[in-house]
Order: sequence, then structure tokens, then C-alpha cells
Amino acid sequence: MDTEFINGSFDIQKLAEELEVAVASSVLSIARNQSPSSQHSLVLNPEHAIRAAQWLRDQSPERWDFLSNVTAVDWPAEAVAQRQKEMAKLSQDDAYSSPEGGYLEAVYHLYSITRGLGPLVLRLQTQDRNQQTTLPSLTPVWRSAEFQEREAFDLYGIRFEGHPDLRRIMMWDGFEGHPMRKDYVEPDDYEYEPTPHDEVLKRSQDRLNQGDQPKVTS
Amino acid sequence: MFESKTSDQAPSLDGTERMEVSMGPHHPSTHGVFRMDVELEGETVVKLKPVFGYLHRNHEKIAEGTSYLGSMPYTDRLDYFNSMTNNWAYALSVEKLAGIEVPERAEYIRVITAELSRLQNHVCLIGFLVQDMGALGTPLMYAFRERERILDLFESLTGARMMCNYMRFGGCRCDVTPAWLRQAHQVTEAFPRFLDEFEALLSENEVLLSRSQGVGALGQDLAIAAGVTGPMLRATGVNYDLRKADAYGIYNRFNFRVPLGSHGDVFDRYMIRILEMRESIAILRQAIRDIPDGDYVHPKAKLRGFKPPMGEAYGRIEAPKGELGFYLISDGSPKPYRFKVRPPSFINLTILEDMCLGQTVADAVIILGSVDIVLGEVDR
Repeated sequence: MDTEFINGSFDIQKLAEELEVAVASSVLSIARNQSPSSQHSLVLNPEHAIRAAQWLRDQSPERWDFLSNVTAVDWPAEAVAQRQKEMAKLSQDDAYSSPEGGYLEAVYHLYSITRGLGPLVLRLQTQDRNQQTTLPSLTPVWRSAEFQEREAFDLYGIRFEGHPDLRRIMMWDGFEGHPMRKDYVEPDDYEYEPTPHDEVLKRSQDRLNQGDQPKVTS
Repeated sequence: MFESKTSDQAPSLDGTERMEVSMGPHHPSTHGVFRMDVELEGETVVKLKPVFGYLHRNHEKIAEGTSYLGSMPYTDRLDYFNSMTNNWAYALSVEKLAGIEVPERAEYIRVITAELSRLQNHVCLIGFLVQDMGALGTPLMYAFRERERILDLFESLTGARMMCNYMRFGGCRCDVTPAWLRQAHQVTEAFPRFLDEFEALLSENEVLLSRSQGVGALGQDLAIAAGVTGPMLRATGVNYDLRKADAYGIYNRFNFRVPLGSHGDVFDRYMIRILEMRESIAILRQAIRDIPDGDYVHPKAKLRGFKPPMGEAYGRIEAPKGELGFYLISDGSPKPYRFKVRPPSFINLTILEDMCLGQTVADAVIILGSVDIVLGEVDR
């Protein structure tokens, strides 16, 4: 495997068309990146994502064999509306084809070691942020997604179906909540201990009684 | 420190029972607060689950509430051995996002500091690895002696030995002086003789050879599928070095080779790091010789009030431990919408279990040492 050449660019439009031919209705849209980095994304249909991933890894002309990065992003409804407003100002369509009520998203960055290409960005979107937060796991296709999907589950709450070992990775096992979400509120006391004492107990009880917003204590 | 309990499984055929041992998080050989839940049959590892999160400081959420430049000191603390390369990876990603150009002199300075960082990382890692094998710290102290010379350079340049906070979007924080370059040249010229001395007692050492050859072997296909990068990937024989493949910065101007292994075991990883150090010295010699005059930062680079355009970017570099990448989503405001660190150590740990199965528990410690993890990066 000789990669003395520099990572080249590829045609995402052509790739999307070939993928659509190979795995029908797998590509929902191509999201154009507005920044100078020009790293455009393919928004995939979660139902056919695994077959699309297998095609990308094994049968695509580029041979995307290396999954570099798996991330999750939280898009609450206000953020989606803000993004669409900003795109309208730039006279662009918000090509993410995303649910308006807010959603979670798993982003995958693929590279091809054998052909020296990349990055190809894949996006899988959930239906909403509360009930339907399930996505297919791409760990059976690329093993490097294993820990990173666990992290997305831990910090964002996306359930990956088909993941061999889906449990929390960064936070401890009894932790409640998903800290990286935009609307995450820290508890007063992380220990959830049944017997808080002194100031912590008084503060929590005061807040409970008054229904106040938490104040920043100096 | 060590908790163990017998598992609920029936005793195996030869009468031994499986024992579950929790190695860590307070453990002298786990390179930080890292825990491995191993199940042992006698001394053989039959199951190994890594557990981390003990150093999770929620860097990514903090970065969502801080300006882009304000996150730069936090990147120092990711892989706290190599703050220069962490800074460069972040600066590169922001420069990709905003389309900022970097002047030539700044690129040379970045290469010099990154290669110095690579030298001290590899030499210390080898010191820690042989310490795990039983060398009790003597090679490590030799390595630290050289590392101190490099840290002296960093301190005189940036003011801090380890947490340098040196790169900016569009260049570096301050310029290098000719005196500093002379000092760097002296350190570079003294290094090969130190490496010869270091290798003379290690590379043909019977203990090291017998403990590391054939241990923790990794195949090429599994390595690529598991997203392994850096010296661990090249030890399996895959020719993928981002300095050649991406040619970020000005690495395509330098003449250097990429060492490759053939078995993917611990000895190959050790040897690759020694050879990479020699290649880094070659790059340093060329860079120090060829550095031009010019700006150390782009004259129009905005430090305060920096607002990149909407969009996203994924930038990566060849950090000493592997591929360090930063994924940034910008919504046009001064703070990032999403800030993600792609840590090489975290992803290289995916196949720790595969490498350790069937080996003894002592070998599991050495295999972990050869993966080269730093918990600041694994947990962020």
C-alpha cells in the first residue's frame, strides 16, 4: 500500500450518484460546506446506512477503508432555525434536509488509505431529540467506530442499534443525563447522594421550595 | 489497587477458575488514570475491557463556551507531553475553517517545534516502555535528560516548559531568535550521539527482545479497520504517515523516510520510534538550515474578535501518537458550535483487547505501554 502521493480530492456529486445507484434511496442530500475548507457531506438515510457504508468500504471506486472520526452534534430547534436564517442571508439553501423540530446527528469522517483520498463526511440524522434518537451503528463496518459511538451515546444520548457493547464510556455508570447536549443543566450535587449535608442540602431545598433559577455562587 | 473476585463461571477443565482483576486506575504502569478490567485464567488474559473517563474534564463543552483563541491553552492539556503538536492541529483546523494563510517562516517554526516535540515524546515513551519491562527507570532518566534540553528550548521560546500555548491562527505567538536557532541546532546535533548511546544498551538487549518480539502482534487489515494511526499503524506495515499523505504545512519540502515494521508487535513499535527519531533529526537539520526570514504570523490575522465563516472543517496532523484531528462547526459567532477532538490514543485503544487476548497479564502491561496513551487525550 503505497501512499507517497498527497491526499487528492474526489467528486462528491459523482460519488453520491454512484451510491444512489448501488443502494437505492440511501442518499438524502449533499450538504455543501460554506467555509473555505470545502469538505462537503453526504446526508444518508439511516434505514439504508449500513448497506451504504458497506458499499463505500468495499465496492466504491475510492475504497473508503479508514474511518477517522465519529462525532455527534446536537441541533435544538432554535439552532436549526438560526442556521436556516443565516443560510438564507447568504442566499443558500440549507441543504441539510433536517427535521425542523431539532435533531441529533452523527457525523463520520472517512478516508481512503489505499487511494489517498479524503475526507468524506457522512451524516446520519435522528428524527428528534427526545423519543426517536436511534441510529444504526456502523461499528460492524468500521471497527474504529466502537468507542466513538459509545461516546456519542454517553454524551448525547444517540442509541446505536447493532453496536456490540453500548454503554457509557466517559461518565460513570450511574450517571443520569447527557452532558454535551445544549440544554443540559448541571445538578447541584453530582453525587446524587441521598444524604447531602450542610450548605448543599440547604441550597437544594431552597431552590426546590422557591422554584428559582440556580444562581452562580462565588 | 487490585480488586479481584472469582467469576460466576464454572471451573475450567484443568481445575482453574477465572479471576476478574481490575488493574487501575491507581496503578504505576497504566500511564495515567486508566483501568483495565481483565479476566484471567491463570496468567492468561481471556477478556480485557478498558475503562476510562477518570480524567474527563469536558474540554469540548468548555470550548463551546469559549472563543476560538481561548481554547488554545486547553489544547495544550490534551496530550500533555506534546503541547506544540496539539496547538498546531487546532490552529490548522481553524485555518482550514476560515481560510487563513500561514507565512513561510511560521511554517518552518512550526515544523521545528513539532519535530522537537516528537523527539522528546518518542524517547520518553521508550523510557516508559522499558520501565514497564523491568528496567526500573534508568533508560527513562537518560531520556528525561535529553527531554530537559528540549524543554529548555520551549521555555526560552514560549515561557513554559510543557504547556506552551504557542500557535496562533495564522502563525505563531512570537518569533524565534537566531540565538534560539543556534541552540536548537546544538540540541539536534547532540541527539544522534545520545540515540546511539541509548540504543547500544537497548536494541540488542536480550530481555527487551524476548519480552517484546511476538508480543501484541497486530495485522494490517485489523489496524486499518480499527482506525489505528501513527507508529502503531506503521509497525504493521501500512505506509500511512500524514506528513507524507496530507503534506500539511511544508512537509513536502523535506527529505525524510517513513520507517515501516513487518510484524506489528511491541518490538516493531519500539524500533519504529527509534527510527522515526532519526528521521526527525534529519527534518530538523533541514528546517533549521533553510528557515527564511519573514513574518512569524500573518499580518492580517485577527486575534481578538475572530469570527470564522459558517461551515465546518476537519483538520488533522501527524502527532507523535497518531492522527490528531479537530472537527469544528462554526455558526458564524466567535464561539464554536461544535468542537471535537479526535484523539489518537483513544482510538488506538479500540483493539487493546484483541492484542492482549491469549497473552499473559505481564504482557498486557507492555502492550499497553507500546500503544502510547496519554490520558489527557483519551479522556479530554
